Amino acid sequence: MEKQYLKTIGSPSLEELKNSPAFPTEEDYKKGPIAVIECIEEIPCNPCETSCFKGAIVVGKPITNLPQIDFQKCVGCGICVAACPGLAIYIKDYTYAEEEALISFPYEYLPLPKVGDIVTLAGRRGEEICEGKVTKINNTKVNNHTVVLSVSFPKNNFLEVITMKRL
Amino acid sequence: MTRIIEHPILGKLEEQKKVQITIDGKPYTVHEGEMIAAALLANDIKTFRYTRHQHKPRGIYCGIGRCTDCIMTVDGIPNVRTCVTPVKEGMAIETQQGSGKWKEGDRGE
Amino acid sequence: MNNNGLIVVIGAGPAGLSAAIEAAKVGAKVIVIDENEKPGGQLFKQIHKFFGSKEHKAGTRGIEIGVQLLEETAKLNIEVWLNTEVCGIENNREIWVIRDKKQSVSLKADKIILATGAIENAVVFPGWTLPGVVGAGAAQTMINISRVLPGKKVLMLGSGNVGVIVSYQLLQAGAEVVAIVEASPRLGGYGVHTAKVCRAGVPFYTSHTISKVIGETKVEAAEIVKLDGNWKPIPGTEKVLEVDTVCLATGLNPLTELAWIAGCKFHYIPELGGHLPIHNRAMETTVEGIYVAGDISGIEEASTAMEEGRLAGINGAASLGLIEEIEREKLTQEVWDRLDALRCGQFGQKRKDAKDRLLAVEKEVV
Repeated sequence: MEKQYLKTIGSPSLEELKNSPAFPTEEDYKKGPIAVIECIEEIPCNPCETSCFKGAIVVGKPITNLPQIDFQKCVGCGICVAACPGLAIYIKDYTYAEEEALISFPYEYLPLPKVGDIVTLAGRRGEEICEGKVTKINNTKVNNHTVVLSVSFPKNNFLEVITMKRL
Repeated sequence: MTRIIEHPILGKLEEQKKVQITIDGKPYTVHEGEMIAAALLANDIKTFRYTRHQHKPRGIYCGIGRCTDCIMTVDGIPNVRTCVTPVKEGMAIETQQGSGKWKEGDRGE
Repeated sequence: MNNNGLIVVIGAGPAGLSAAIEAAKVGAKVIVIDENEKPGGQLFKQIHKFFGSKEHKAGTRGIEIGVQLLEETAKLNIEVWLNTEVCGIENNREIWVIRDKKQSVSLKADKIILATGAIENAVVFPGWTLPGVVGAGAAQTMINISRVLPGKKVLMLGSGNVGVIVSYQLLQAGAEVVAIVEASPRLGGYGVHTAKVCRAGVPFYTSHTISKVIGETKVEAAEIVKLDGNWKPIPGTEKVLEVDTVCLATGLNPLTELAWIAGCKFHYIPELGGHLPIHNRAMETTVEGIYVAGDISGIEEASTAMEEGRLAGINGAASLGLIEEIEREKLTQEVWDRLDALRCGQFGQKRKDAKDRLLAVEKEVV
């Protein structure tokens, strides 16, 4: 059945994501920090498109189109992360360091970690994956209470990690 | 106490003006203007009344004043919807038994 | 009381306030009536960012949209009667209200806009009346408006958008969501919402329902059971979950009493919540001068409710001669374009089809 994982488990499988128009390929990830959009259902929504200064994300009309992203234009600035009402976007950087990658994801819980804290990173079903180190906490006014946390973590868990366990 | 003081979206709960009420004769300090039902939940009180025939406990259900499950006797007036009635200083709130009883000699005027 | 060209809006939620604002903007005299002590309806508990596009205020939290609507209402000097219950509507649009539970007032309206909203559906199972079994919307009111937790360990019944959004907000408020139980084999809400609670570690149980809630004076646990292809419980699959709160998110039912009283004709559309007052593209019902907007005209969401409110406000004011026909048609079309944008895609199309059916019925009836 189509999108079986999303519609039974609650979150999409990697396979379901790879079949969506916005999900990056291995090649795209080699470029540097890029936005990853896990939005694979046609819902009426386009703030990702309107928030992007680079014009990298396209939804078009009708606004229920799935978002598409041009990774040649995306610079991984992260403006779309807090703009997405569905909290379905994060920035991943495979090129962050030799052994480590960086993820910047939306987080709307308390308490917040501090920069330098070691946190437990989790996958799409909330499963614990590995530890990571908080490198940045972005809580500017434009985020409107959607905090964007940046955490570095071992590269071998690159595709699985999407968030952190709540503290 | 089950008050939500810190909240990631709504921020910290500001210091609220307090009022004194009684619930079944016992004094409580609660937030001025909050709904009676909220004041009760904040103090872990979940049973608001007992039904007329089977004496079964009832609490808050719809929270918007439609279902009347949360009714209590307030200042001698029975069947007050606690989810849409704010607390006031000195309010006497009682767990309601069945359809409740009006205070002697008072028709709520 | 007698007024010339008076529009009375009943319900100060997103639809009612939007209607009042549109009508007042073009100079209509508007009174908004609401039984609650504060205006805004259910908007102030919507603390999440809304979907849509810029013109639907996408990315803005519901609570902020509520503030904006109240600011506009104040700026336009719209009269809002709070603590006012509508008890009757007579044939000649005479409205009988009780103010502050003591003063009986009769009000003659030239146009009436009903924006009364909806109530949550209940589900019956053994133990459903125990304190601790609450509507999901009630729990949302408690956590986001009253700032109190209805409980610490919650079971959510229903995986539609209300169920998953309230689950997420319960987590944000510091509660634990033990499970989200869904009778259908597939989850109902938007995938981005389910994914949000899923990655927070909340388990979904599809093809499951609550068989009973256990407790003497309050909820102590809930027993869930797996359902077969015919929605029948499968014996031996029962599982007891320790919870102190059970939230019901099993759909909404339009609050249509006033439309019935006013003599509006109805049509049954289950996808939109049941019996609905038949209305046209101007949101006018089968009773001349009575309009509907928001959940009373079909269960949708706040974004569509506001647009429908605008439709009713524009057309109500136009019928009082405050908007030229060409302008009315243009404004009406603009709102419909925005509504069509929201009623699109795999979720919205069903609602659009259902709404189209209601509009088609109107053409037959009138």
